Amino acid sequence: MKALKVENVSKLYRLGNSTDLDDTSANPVVRLLKRPLNNLRKYRSLYRFSDEELNSSESRKDILWALNDVSFEVDSGEVIGLVGANGAGKSTLLKVISRITPPTRGICTTRGRLSCLIEVGTGFHPELTGRENIYMSSTILGMRKREVDAKFDEIVDFSGVEKFIDTPVKRYSSGMAVRLAFAVMAHLEPEILVVDEVLAVGDVEFQRKCLNKMSNVGKDGKTVLFVSHNMAAITRLCDRGFLMKGGRIIQDGSAADIVHSHVTAGSLTTSWREWLDIAEAPGDDSVRLRRVGIVTESGVAAGMINAHDQIGIQMVFDVLEEGQVLNPYVTVISETGIDLFSSIDADKRYESEFRKPGRYTVTAWVPKGLLAAGTHYVRAVMRSVKRQYRPFTERDVISFNVLDPEGEAIGAGWWEGRPGGVIRPSLNWTTEYISAEMLIEGQL
Amino acid sequence: MNEADIDLPETRIVPVASWGGIDLREVFEYRDLLYFMIWRGLKVQYAQSIGGLAWALIQPAMQIILFAVVFGGLLGLDADGRNYFLLVTLAVIPWSYMSSTLDGTSQCLVTNSALMAKVYFPRATFLLIQVFGNLVPFLVSQVITIAVMFYYQVPLTSQIFLLPVVLLLMMLVPLSIGVWLASLAIRFRDFRIAMGMVMRMLIYTVPVMYQSDKIPDDLRQWYILNPFVGVIEGFRACFLGYDYPIQWDSLLTSAVITSVLLISGSVYFRRMERVIVDVI
Ligand SMILES: Nc1ncnc2c1ncn2[C@@H]1O[C@H](COP(=O)(O)OP(=O)(O)OP(=O)(O)O)[C@@H](O)[C@H]1O
Ligand SMILES: [Mg+2]
Repeated sequence: MKALKVENVSKLYRLGNSTDLDDTSANPVVRLLKRPLNNLRKYRSLYRFSDEELNSSESRKDILWALNDVSFEVDSGEVIGLVGANGAGKSTLLKVISRITPPTRGICTTRGRLSCLIEVGTGFHPELTGRENIYMSSTILGMRKREVDAKFDEIVDFSGVEKFIDTPVKRYSSGMAVRLAFAVMAHLEPEILVVDEVLAVGDVEFQRKCLNKMSNVGKDGKTVLFVSHNMAAITRLCDRGFLMKGGRIIQDGSAADIVHSHVTAGSLTTSWREWLDIAEAPGDDSVRLRRVGIVTESGVAAGMINAHDQIGIQMVFDVLEEGQVLNPYVTVISETGIDLFSSIDADKRYESEFRKPGRYTVTAWVPKGLLAAGTHYVRAVMRSVKRQYRPFTERDVISFNVLDPEGEAIGAGWWEGRPGGVIRPSLNWTTEYISAEMLIEGQL
Repeated sequence: MNEADIDLPETRIVPVASWGGIDLREVFEYRDLLYFMIWRGLKVQYAQSIGGLAWALIQPAMQIILFAVVFGGLLGLDADGRNYFLLVTLAVIPWSYMSSTLDGTSQCLVTNSALMAKVYFPRATFLLIQVFGNLVPFLVSQVITIAVMFYYQVPLTSQIFLLPVVLLLMMLVPLSIGVWLASLAIRFRDFRIAMGMVMRMLIYTVPVMYQSDKIPDDLRQWYILNPFVGVIEGFRACFLGYDYPIQWDSLLTSAVITSVLLISGSVYFRRMERVIVDVI
């Protein structure tokens, strides 16, 4: 059964305040007197459009089709990930579906109750206690009081702020307030849940708890529409994805495909960076960085990496003048900004010897099964034995995504207990076993 | 598919709101929200202050005393043999309710626009929060009415049975104007500044510190077009009894004007509530 049907939905916005510019009368007094009239027209123009504007199919400098003829259908129980660059229209689509803003054209049909999570803590008021805010926020998000009554203990439990439940929220630490707000969101029980990037806040462990809770929502036959810039979350949570660009859905497919298209489209991750113009390349007169990229064993560039594949971080640099001992090195940084490890070119030949002019391609091979799933950033540095001399230090020069196929296969239930940590090396485990009988004998 | 799914209500979201007023059924579905929002408003407004709900008494009491001293005492306004203090009390109390409700409803969409950009619920809830929320201090201030009635030993008459009608009208009059102003405030931003001024002047157009007998007879037909007049005269009549007969002309005019404003206003409101998020 269709939970959601969107038919040719378009949304037109007016940009800027065009009527301010229309006013050409030179007399400042006339201008001042005409001001209120212009203001009236200005506010009206924000929601009224001329036929000519409505018929234009492309955005212009004063109007913008934030959604442009979007159509799709979602089955009940599907979890959809919405992916796209900033300004692609994802939030606008969610707002139309959740009735916050009307479409300019087209029809949406939703079946069942819908809750929409656009910010954390909708309806929270600092003067109210935790208990009162739970009721306030839940009812604003579409629950009935008796439903909150039934879930109240569970919500408090989930938030982990039992002790402060009768304290005004203004006395909470910001983390506690966020946890409480999330707990409310996680316990909403609408048929359709619309989520816009709210998971971008909160501590990592708590985020994971929420994602897990949300994925259970999907399993219960709830329909979820989920916007995130966190590609790992999209692949883990969603069955299906939409890639949005310029107000249109340009691709509708499996979540993995959508994430792949989005990442390789270069709109989010650049796993390959090249400087064609040597004058703009990082470095100085003696050495210039020309290229940094992620390669696989077969030599091709890759932005999405399976945790079990070996990858190499490749740097290409031109030495322009002889006379420096140069050691390239790379640092890999996690999504959360932790330096995971650094590695310096261990080639004995160049430890003390000057590098001859020419082009060098160096590749640092990262062992298989070392990195945890998620986005990783690379810092590329050129070092020299001469103290204080660093020809270049390029922070976050490239980034790449590691996917954890195991995590997907084992399913969402597994990653609540997922081992923490910023890396996830596959270690060799050994087991020694002594049978119970032997143990008793040994004791005797 | 299980049985439950078949019954799920469908919502159609279309570009332009169909003609029609506020969807009362939907507002009713969100009654729990209305309750918590009213409660939140009261708590935030009163819980922090030391006086708490006592402020709901102090405010009208001060105003009554001020009017009684300035207009009754110093200016010696003629009360036609009636008790001036009593007249002022019975007008200030409904007037306080109506003016704060009018003020609250006229701003409700603009002040809550941030919330409206985040979540959907029937926007008319904001109007009802004002209408019902302001009833709480109004009910508290009945302490004053009762005290004054007792003090002056005014006997109740059968006119008191009109009170439910007058109270209903008292709630609907500011709502019917507020529903228009709330929608218009989306386009007329100056309303916010203008409202304070208008509210202060509005009090002179209603019989709060004077009696409407002072209005010349040939002007009365125009005077009673102000729907607040009917409510205040009605409120006085309920309590003062046969000494102060019910003025049917003002009461009926008020009811008719209020109905017209309320129906037309809710149609306009329904159209404007949808666009406010795009405009703010
Ligand atoms: N009220 C508005 N008035 C005018 N333009 C608007 C309005 N709201 C959104 N837009 C424009 O519509 C476009 C789509 O915005 P939207 O918020 O849907 O993007 P998004 O895909 O959610 O981006 P992000 O990833 O940054 O959240 C943007 O170009 C934005 O400037
Ligand atoms: Mg957005």
